Amino acid sequence: MNAPAYNFAYLDEQTKRMIRRAILKAIAIPGYQVPFASREMPMPYGWGTGGVQVTAAILGPADVLKVIDQGSDDTTNAISIRKFFAKTAGVATTTATEDATVIQTRHRIPETALSENQVLVYQVPIPEPLRFLEPRETETRRMHALAEYGLMHVKLYEDIARFGHIATAYAYPVKVNARYVMDPSPTPKFDNPKMDNCPALQLFGAGREKRIYAIPPYTQVVSLDFDDHPFEPYRFNAPCALCAAEDSYLDEIVTDDKGGRMFVCSDTDYCESRQAAGHHGSLSAAPYKEKAQGGING
Amino acid sequence: MTTIAELPPGFADKVLSAQSTFRSVMDAMARPGSVQRIVPVAGAPAMMMRGTAAIALTLFDHDTPLWLDARIAESLELVKWLKFHTGAPVVQDSSIASFALISDGGALPPLERFALGTSEYPDRSTTLILQVDSLETGRSFELRGPGIDGVAMLHASVKPFDLFERLHVNESLFPRGIDVVLVADDALVAIPRTTRIVSKES
Repeated sequence: MNAPAYNFAYLDEQTKRMIRRAILKAIAIPGYQVPFASREMPMPYGWGTGGVQVTAAILGPADVLKVIDQGSDDTTNAISIRKFFAKTAGVATTTATEDATVIQTRHRIPETALSENQVLVYQVPIPEPLRFLEPRETETRRMHALAEYGLMHVKLYEDIARFGHIATAYAYPVKVNARYVMDPSPTPKFDNPKMDNCPALQLFGAGREKRIYAIPPYTQVVSLDFDDHPFEPYRFNAPCALCAAEDSYLDEIVTDDKGGRMFVCSDTDYCESRQAAGHHGSLSAAPYKEKAQGGING
Repeated sequence: MTTIAELPPGFADKVLSAQSTFRSVMDAMARPGSVQRIVPVAGAPAMMMRGTAAIALTLFDHDTPLWLDARIAESLELVKWLKFHTGAPVVQDSSIASFALISDGGALPPLERFALGTSEYPDRSTTLILQVDSLETGRSFELRGPGIDGVAMLHASVKPFDLFERLHVNESLFPRGIDVVLVADDALVAIPRTTRIVSKES
């Protein structure tokens, strides 16, 4: 019938070449934000247009793609992007972290440790960690050029002065390879240690802001802190209500209007595979268990 | 005179061959010292290795000024092939080149003559694509830096002999610097500006 209406993985070849060149420079200068000619994508800004363009530029027919949104494979954003590439590139998709070769993520790093043959692609809303401290691009660019990051330390210090601890809980700034301060995208700071010395290549795409940056594998990534206020990952002090995991990042889910709540793994694949392996939490079946009226458990 | 019809062909499958070549280059850049292979076949003109031809078809276009070393620039067929398949403008001034193609490493100009980027835009630098004799045998080098788990060993026969000593400028220039892709037939190794190299006696 008709020839396909668009190219493999949607983007045209000239765009892919431009993005690919930006990715190579991003890998060569870890943590530095490479400007690129971001295209309009068939989805709104804020839905991962940067990540989608990076994924489209690297994806091949042999790849297996996983897409997560805040750890979940099953939210609208994750499903739409997965379907987008299944349709435009015909690639296999999966929800299992270990089966994937390319993982596009919005705001989480999977709990399962990543391996050397995987690439993690982050969707980034605001790539410039200094933007809320200094609105002018010319100035932040000069600050990066001079490695002048005092302002960021002042910001963290003001947290301590006001709250007694560093209150930044997500998008917690990191220093990559002892040079560039980088925004890890709005991942919870719980995930920051996973970026350090990670065997997988990490690529970051910001579509609206037109920036690509990268952390090569086995690269030092340090969360900024002070000697007397060291960086601490934050986690709710509870086991997962579904799989009893004590080491995963938890979402808090309000279950009624009387203060009832449950904590569950934000990484759905991690939680489901733990449940399949026989781990059960306090609320395994469902937050409300059906029971017959007047039953003995009543 | 060579007509277009007589030029060696590009990729049989432009889209997927470019993707596969790019992944090899990306993996090479992300894991300095590791030897990656270029699988897709393209017709390469004389003096151009298979790997170089594939990289040219994958990364060059009208946005990337090219600098060619004297030996390549003299080959009319090769210049015509590059022009026809990539459309990249060939420039005489190496300091504005996005890519430099080097077949005769012995005549490599001083690295300062290439674009090193600026402190504000260190990405605006020349990527050297250097054809070498071998990436499997030859002198041994120890590589350290981002992308390397501890130490990576590279055995390479490279001209100029002092290439890796010359690349020490990357250390003081960082974040400015020169990224190098070494090509030997279908094998390639990338040396991004973050990689520190020590020569080992073999």
